[in-house]
Order: sequence, then C-alpha cells, then structure tokens
Amino acid sequence: MNPRRKQRLFAVSAVLLLLGGAVGGIMYAMSENVDLFYTPSQLVNGLGDEKTKPVVGQRLRIGGMVVKGSVKRDEHSLKVSFDLVDTGPVVTVHYEGILPDLFREGQGIVAQGTLQDATTVNATEVLAKHDENYMPPDLKDAMKDIKHVAPATQGGSN
Amino acid sequence: MFKWLDPYAKPQTLFNLLGRWQRVLMPLGWLLLAIGTVWGLGFTPPDYQQGDSYRIIHIHVPAAIWSMGAYSSMAIAAFIALVWQIKVAQWAIGAMAPIGAVFTAIALWTGAAWGEPMWGTWWVWDARLTSELILLFLYLGVIALQNAFSEQATGDKAAAVLALVGVVNLPIIHYSVEWWNTLHQGATITKFAKPSIDPSMLWPLLICIVALGVLFGALVCQRLRTSILRHEQHRPWVRQWAQEQA
Amino acid sequence: MSNFAFNSMAEFWAMGGYGFYVWLSFGLSLVALLLLWWTGRQGEKHFRSQLTQRLSREARVRAHQQQSSSVQESADESTS
Repeated sequence: MNPRRKQRLFAVSAVLLLLGGAVGGIMYAMSENVDLFYTPSQLVNGLGDEKTKPVVGQRLRIGGMVVKGSVKRDEHSLKVSFDLVDTGPVVTVHYEGILPDLFREGQGIVAQGTLQDATTVNATEVLAKHDENYMPPDLKDAMKDIKHVAPATQGGSN
Repeated sequence: MFKWLDPYAKPQTLFNLLGRWQRVLMPLGWLLLAIGTVWGLGFTPPDYQQGDSYRIIHIHVPAAIWSMGAYSSMAIAAFIALVWQIKVAQWAIGAMAPIGAVFTAIALWTGAAWGEPMWGTWWVWDARLTSELILLFLYLGVIALQNAFSEQATGDKAAAVLALVGVVNLPIIHYSVEWWNTLHQGATITKFAKPSIDPSMLWPLLICIVALGVLFGALVCQRLRTSILRHEQHRPWVRQWAQEQA
Repeated sequence: MSNFAFNSMAEFWAMGGYGFYVWLSFGLSLVALLLLWWTGRQGEKHFRSQLTQRLSREARVRAHQQQSSSVQESADESTS
C-alpha cells in the first residue's frame, strides 16, 4: 500500500475510533435517560447508582406486566385501575379512557402520566407492549390464555 | 492488495458488468417480493395475539433490515472512496443513498401503521424508533451534502465522511431494544437464538428479506450505471452506447 | 386453495379489522419502491436524450463551421 493511502487509512480509522469512543461515552453518560419508561422496581427502588427515585407530581412513563386479578373497572365510567409488576415491587396505575386492544392480564403495558405517590401513577395514556413471539392460534400449549381480541371497529375501517 | 478488482474500477467494464447483474436481479427481486408478500398476506395463519395486523411484518422487517444493510454498503463505499480515492466508489454513495432513505422511510411508516392498532400509538420516542429516524436523517444528510457544494469534490468528501461517521448509529439501532427500556419489542430473528416466530410465518418473511436485498442490488446497479454514464459522457464508449440505444 | 387464510376475499381485504393499516403499509411501500425504480429509469433516459441532443448540436455546429470555412476558401480563391 502506498504511503499516502496508508496515511489516509490511518486518518479515517482514527476518526472513526475517536468518534465511536465519543458516542459510546455520551451514550453511557446518558443511558439512564434513554429508557422510555421506569420499570416498577426502578420506580420503587430508584434508578442507577444513586438510586434516584422520581418525585411526586413528576411526569413519567411506567412499564410492566399487568398483575392477574388487579384490573378494576368502574361500572359507570371508563375509569380503570390495575397493577404493574416486573421483578417484585408493584405499582398501581389509574386511568380513564379506552384501553388498547391488546390490554389484558399478563400483558406488557407502558403507561404515561404523573406520579401520585411512591407506588401510584395517574395515567393519561396507556400503551400495550407486546413481545417478539409470533405463533398461529392453534398452538395451544404456547398460548398461555392469550387470545387475539378483534378490534372494536371491526368492519368499520375500510 | 486488491489487484483483481482493478478492472472493475474502470468505468466501462463496471458499466457492462452492472448491466448484466441488473438484468437478472431486477426481475428476480420483484418476483420474490410478489411471492413473499402474497404468501405472507394470504397464506399464513394469523398471529395468536395480534391477529392479521402482524402481516405488516413482511414489509416492515425486510425494510428495516435493509435500511441498515444499505447504510453499511454505503459506508463501505465511503471508506473505499476516502482511502483509495476510487471515484466509482464515490458515485456508489450517490446511488445507494436515495434507496436506503426510501427503505428507512418504509420501515418507519409501516412501523407506525403497525404500532397504532397494536401499541395504541403511531409514534413514540423510544430508542429504537428514534435511532431509526436518525438513520433517515443521515441518509438525507448524505444526499444533501453531495448536492450542496459548487465544488463537487468538497460535497463528495463531506458526504463520504458523514456516511462513514453515521455507522455508529447501526449498533445503536440494533441493540437499543436490549440496552434500554423501549416500547419496541426485542428481536424475533436477528439474534443468536432460535427464531421466535412460527416456521409457517417465517418462510414468507425470509423470502421478502431476500427480495428487498435483491431489489437493493438491482436498483443500485440502475443508478450507478447512470452515474457512470454521466461522469464519462465525453468518452467515445458512452457515445457509442447512446447511439446503440436508439 | 386450502391454505388461504381467509374465508372469503372480503375477509382478506378486511384483514380482521386491520385492513386500513395493513393495506396502507403495503400500498404506500409498493408505490415507493415503484417510484424508486421508475426514477432510476428516468435518470438514464434523461441522460441519453441530453447526450444525443448535445451530440447532434455539436455535429450541426461542426457542419456549419465546415460549410462556412469552405465558403471562405472558395471566396478567398476567387479573390486571389
């Protein structure tokens, strides 16, 4: 390889390595803030080395699995409450509105709202988070009681 | 070091080679895409959880995979252009960027159309979606730089540097769902584990992935050939080519 | 077609209630890919017409120059 080409090769590689290092460093520093949501254990126990907990009244997102038997719906309105869990601690979410089609017990959920107290969130938005598994409906053993729920507007959206 | 590649750096040789490739890849790509999409849309079972909406996977995942594959190719071309100063590599950047940009846009809007019924939102600023959007901006940046300067060589160099530097975004896109809490779910096939998709659904997905890759190659051939013609238009062989086309 | 996943074509278009999202995705994407292909083709065509125009213009200019120089030569001859 001729010397000038070698020089360019080193220069380009050096820039790439430096840049990769810089981006890596920035990402590491910011990594606590790149998460879209707190998990229930992060909300209750705090985040990162400092174990910083969110402040009451703070807007945040919480993501976890809906605890079986925790869904309580109000009879006369769209008010609903349910608990989210990941590894242990439980957070209660209060929401008023239509829940996503995929909402059910055992489903992953990401709710956005304000922190009411150490283990309660008043949500303004509830999103469903599904896993990366795709299976036909007749594989009963894998279903775990999860079934597809037809959308509310069946036939109305064409 | 790569002496055997030397003949292909010669524009005319490359032009003819790309022409042969294009004639095979273009119809093949469209055919595979037709087979894969029709199969995925009509001849696979619905998902136990997502019903028929999951069928979007057959266009969303291939587009997302190739949005990154195209960027990698573009970055390799940029590396060659900067280090070896081979002009054809520079032209290749210009050929690949618009294709990669469209693939990224397809990944984004099909993802949004899938997210709205399943997640409950068209968009969210989680790490996966945000980094894929940044990829689109990188492509647009490369295209803009190549066309922004009166001195073409400056624009070319700036575009090549941006293409190369943006490579750091690729592992971020891929590992975002592992490193951080995201709404977007983890990997179904691009992982070192058994695919978490039923075989009956996997085949049309794989065909669509291959199809988009083949189409990428064909479309690059198409644009790179035009680029070669444009840059070499004062050569006799280009005039001869133009006359033969009549 | 025993493998067809739907009971009728109407159901196929409805996509279990998600028809809008599914067909929006596939439709837009197909249009985008076709546009990519078409603009690629147009690029080559446009270049070729530009080149042939330029070549014929150059040929006309050359023919005109030859004509005027031969007129000049015969004019020079008759005056010399």
